[in-house]
Amino acid sequence: MSSAAFLVIAVLTLAGALAAATLPKLIHAALSLVVAFVGVAAFYFLLGAEFVGLVQVFVYVGAVAVLIVFTILLTRREEESARGFQWTGAVIALAVFAALLFAVLKTPSLSVAAGPIEALTVKSIGQVLMTDYVWPLQCAGLVLTAALVGALILVMEEKR
Amino acid sequence: MTPTLTTFLVVSAALFCVGLLAALSRRNAIFILIGIEMMLAAANLNFVAFWRFGHESQPPTGVMIAIFAIAIAAAEAAVGLALVIAVYRHYNTTNVTRLDRLKG
Repeated sequence: MSSAAFLVIAVLTLAGALAAATLPKLIHAALSLVVAFVGVAAFYFLLGAEFVGLVQVFVYVGAVAVLIVFTILLTRREEESARGFQWTGAVIALAVFAALLFAVLKTPSLSVAAGPIEALTVKSIGQVLMTDYVWPLQCAGLVLTAALVGALILVMEEKR
Repeated sequence: MTPTLTTFLVVSAALFCVGLLAALSRRNAIFILIGIEMMLAAANLNFVAFWRFGHESQPPTGVMIAIFAIAIAAAEAAVGLALVIAVYRHYNTTNVTRLDRLKG
């Protein structure tokens, strides 16, 4: 696991996320969000979970980003005023980050290097999904169906 | 220096806090959803990092949790954005500070 790749991906991801959180125009924020999601997918590849990285690209970059862009198109583009940014939020986020950083850096057992690991194949993931995780898989299918029906009902034109 | 678990946890904590910043400091509902998505991605990154650096396990629990969390996050994004569109039809705005009809 090379540290140069890690550094590049970390900078890319955090820059994209910060841009998504602070850019005033919604469409710019949505496109920066795509950069951040691609960075997270690159992290998954770096960690050896290629399947999760691919799913991340398909679901987030392919579906969720398109959904967000469509919602931006369907709702009127409103420029947020300068007063739209609240500094209390920034203070709270910084405080949470400081607390998390303190907890992570004060735990010595976390500073382990990655050991050798057996490659995670799509075949083994599929086998696990069909054996140990078959009930969670069914529940996820049910949740996705319910979300599909619910989203359709929510955006359907109301009868007058 | 090769990256350790600590460096991954620091990056994911930073990503989580940027998402929290977006969810707390923005008034537009779409920005709040974007922040929630970022926080979910940070949590998934933690799961996969712990799977990679922990003892090898069969089945790979961290990876499976990340896969299921991505599926649930997709459902959450679809319903959330549908709610934003429904709210926009009623109020003609996506600014959450103007959705104050229940305010006493």
